[in-house]
Amino acid sequence: MIRLEDVHKSFGAKVVLAGLSLEVPTGMNTVIMGGSGSGKSVTLKLVVGLLDPDSGRIEVDGKNVPDLDRDELTELRGQIGYVFQFAALFDSMTVAENIRLGLVKRGLDDAAIRGRIEESLATVELSGQEDRYPAELSGGMRKRVGIARAVALRPRYILYDEPTTGLDPITSAVMDRLMQRTRDLGVTGVVVTHDMRTAFTVGDRIAMLHEGVIRQTGTVAEIQATTDPVVRQFIEGRPDEVEPPLRRSIS
Amino acid sequence: MPLSLATRLQDPAGPVVRVGRWSVEAARALADVPTWRPLVLGQMRRLGVDSVPIAIFIAIFTGIVLSLLSSYIFTGSVPLYYVGALVGKTVMMELGPVLTGMALAGRVGANIAAELGTMRVTEQVDALETLAYDKYAYLVVPRVIAATLMFPVVTSFAMGIGVASGWATATNVLDLSTPEFLKGLKLFYQFKDIWFGLVKSASFGTAVALMGCLEGLATRGGAEGVGRSTTRAVVLGCQSILVLDAFWALVLL
Repeated sequence: MIRLEDVHKSFGAKVVLAGLSLEVPTGMNTVIMGGSGSGKSVTLKLVVGLLDPDSGRIEVDGKNVPDLDRDELTELRGQIGYVFQFAALFDSMTVAENIRLGLVKRGLDDAAIRGRIEESLATVELSGQEDRYPAELSGGMRKRVGIARAVALRPRYILYDEPTTGLDPITSAVMDRLMQRTRDLGVTGVVVTHDMRTAFTVGDRIAMLHEGVIRQTGTVAEIQATTDPVVRQFIEGRPDEVEPPLRRSIS
Repeated sequence: MPLSLATRLQDPAGPVVRVGRWSVEAARALADVPTWRPLVLGQMRRLGVDSVPIAIFIAIFTGIVLSLLSSYIFTGSVPLYYVGALVGKTVMMELGPVLTGMALAGRVGANIAAELGTMRVTEQVDALETLAYDKYAYLVVPRVIAATLMFPVVTSFAMGIGVASGWATATNVLDLSTPEFLKGLKLFYQFKDIWFGLVKSASFGTAVALMGCLEGLATRGGAEGVGRSTTRAVVLGCQSILVLDAFWALVLL
């Protein structure tokens, strides 16, 4: 289980997380939704130890991530797959080499690695694309390779950072299906997104991040029926009011 | 955002502390041999072999200028065969290593900083870490080892070519005979002249690669940040070369 407790994180004077607490149940997809710059990606990076919190506990399987030494952190990362917002594929490597890199580190032999590459590419419906370079792929294909790279490691958790941002509706639906499929394989997912369709499609639980804290958590039905004005406004995509500078320019 | 002068003055030891901390991290990552070993040969080719043409180009013109300059200085006061001595000593002990180092600080330092900087801003470095790799072992150590090993190799080419171009200039332009040039070349030659230059160039390679990695991995802010890191890597690399040059002169001469 992943558990965050009273996590604070600031960058200079900018407070990003102001006491965030969240539990991610095992075997489910938990969606963290919130506006741009609300700290969703920072939360994921804290879970995998790419950033350190200013204070608070970030537990993965009972271990507090900021307390782990380098070797323990490496071992923990072996359990966590991470799908980056822009895929973060190594552009000097082919698709197969991108997936291979993480598998080599786990000491698998060549035959096993080949099998895992084929299997993970089949999972994301990209069989036969092994020898292509990231620059030759569309945005959606790159993100699917990013998922394949994560899935190939057979992790217990996968963290998805804005998996459908910038994708057309059909490709977004493909990504949603992949996230559901990995969940069905028993992988616990944490999905950060501001795409409500993705949130409601893949989420077993949804948490709304607002002003550095979790404003509300619940099932899809609970969130859809919320009476919280902030959450309501977000899921309906309703702007506050006309922005003051815009109002001035209109008048 | 670039650091203001006031910020720099408030923390004058900052860069030194940063370099020290990174050097310790890189040294610790040396223990992760299975990660860096397969990458060293490729880096040796990229950073070293691919740099030979620019080193040769510089050496050719350095030899020509040294030969002409020494003849201009010596004519009428010193026997002209001293041209060989000056060309040999200067190319092997100073200009060969330093000019090659400077050129490679531009080529290799910029290459490393731009590559790692782009990897940083596109989250490839983060991706590497999430795949359980140590970024120092995977990115820094192979580049530093390759540069440390290859700078002396490239410099030795430059030394040979520089002396040869000096000889060609002396015999074709200055009417100096080959035996006269060789007489001058052997006059003050010591084996130390060569290893002094090569030891220096190895240290230049370490410094240039470290600066490139340091600045590249510290990149922030997209394309502009990559440009800024690349410039800083080249400037810091050149400054390190000059400081190390003085250091080795003090220690070894």
